[in-house]
Amino acid sequence: MKLPPLEYACPATLSEAIALLAAHDGDAKAIAGGQSLMPMLAFRMAAPTLLVDLRKLPELKEIRITADGVGLGAMVRWRDIEDDERLASAHPLLQAAVAHVAHYQIRNRGTIGGSVAHADPAAEIPGIVVTCEARIAVTGKSGAREIAAAEFFLGPMMTVLAPDEIITEIRFPAWPVRRRWGFEEFSRRRGDFALAGAAVFYDQDAGGKASNVHVGVIGVGDRPRRLPEVEAVLNGRAVDAATIERAAEITSATVDAQDDIHAGAAYRRSLAGTMVERALTRAAG
Amino acid sequence: MPIRFEVNGKAVSVDVEARTTLADCLRHHLRLTGTHVGCEHGVCGACTVLVDGDAVRSCLMLAAQAEGSKVVTVEGLSNDDALTPLQASFRKHHALQCGFCTPGMITTAHALLSEEPDCDADRVRDVLSGNICRCTGYISIVEAVLDARAAYKDKESRR
Repeated sequence: MKLPPLEYACPATLSEAIALLAAHDGDAKAIAGGQSLMPMLAFRMAAPTLLVDLRKLPELKEIRITADGVGLGAMVRWRDIEDDERLASAHPLLQAAVAHVAHYQIRNRGTIGGSVAHADPAAEIPGIVVTCEARIAVTGKSGAREIAAAEFFLGPMMTVLAPDEIITEIRFPAWPVRRRWGFEEFSRRRGDFALAGAAVFYDQDAGGKASNVHVGVIGVGDRPRRLPEVEAVLNGRAVDAATIERAAEITSATVDAQDDIHAGAAYRRSLAGTMVERALTRAAG
Repeated sequence: MPIRFEVNGKAVSVDVEARTTLADCLRHHLRLTGTHVGCEHGVCGACTVLVDGDAVRSCLMLAAQAEGSKVVTVEGLSNDDALTPLQASFRKHHALQCGFCTPGMITTAHALLSEEPDCDADRVRDVLSGNICRCTGYISIVEAVLDARAAYKDKESRR
């Protein structure tokens, strides 16, 4: 369908963009790459009266890599993450997950901030943000704040972002060189949304025991989430065939999957277990 | 609203509604009907054009967002005198049937080969997964793109 009638603004400063959003009291929407919002408009699932384009805000396009971690400006595109050679060591899990995001043309425009704001429960990056305990920096009319990823997502396409707030940066904690990690997802066709996916990482001590285990899943449940029950059986143990099998079983028993047109709940639960199993196997390998 | 950008090397200026997509602007306002509109929500790839060198879906972009950009459509990749090497390869390999998806396939393949003339079959399949051919002629399309690589190795870009 054609888009609903709307107005368009392309402010040159962040404060101007926030003022425009605030003045429309929830009826205006920020647009970054538009790769999720434009289909929402075409389906008339969203019908804002004003779109506020963020493309003229260069400060949102930076990738900052410091000793404290990786900061990705909200307007950083999938393509930019893919092409940045520093990220192969600064955040390999992020780069591996981004390789699964959407198709070629969409990767040239889609942004990390847009994906986080859109909050699709099957999307890769909200899952990585939650698994890695990233922090989401936002600015609104009452100032800037930082939100923990675990508190950011409320449900499908729902976040704690206020109508006048704009995501400015996604901040990932520093990534130790020796950290072990894996990302796996299953989709019917390359580039499509995952039916289920898993992101895992842990640190390993000299005795081969895992610590600081993080396990997150996407595509099952109403938002991306970590699985503390699974992390608990891995922490302090060697990640071997037996613990991996146990982790997969607990995953399938723990996740809250729903039936939908793409797959049944039982299948998704089973698939989530398989994804955790594969991601852990890759991490341990 | 008035918008200025460059299409196929020429400066254009149009007056469109804010909600007009780049795809509709190209077809309706600039009469460049080589860009096809299939799904209008970013899954079929028929409307792919190049914006500042990147292959993008023109239905997932407002015309207003192209302000100041250089846009290249399928018309801008060819001339009336002869087939380009990529077009000739599509013909040789029977890589088009009904032709509806072809503009998107050509623009996408052109962007890929311009940047990665050494890409392998797996990469071509990965990139073309964003373009749907409803006649399901994918094998010949992949063969055509692979066969056109040589022409892009000689010349960095044939835009």
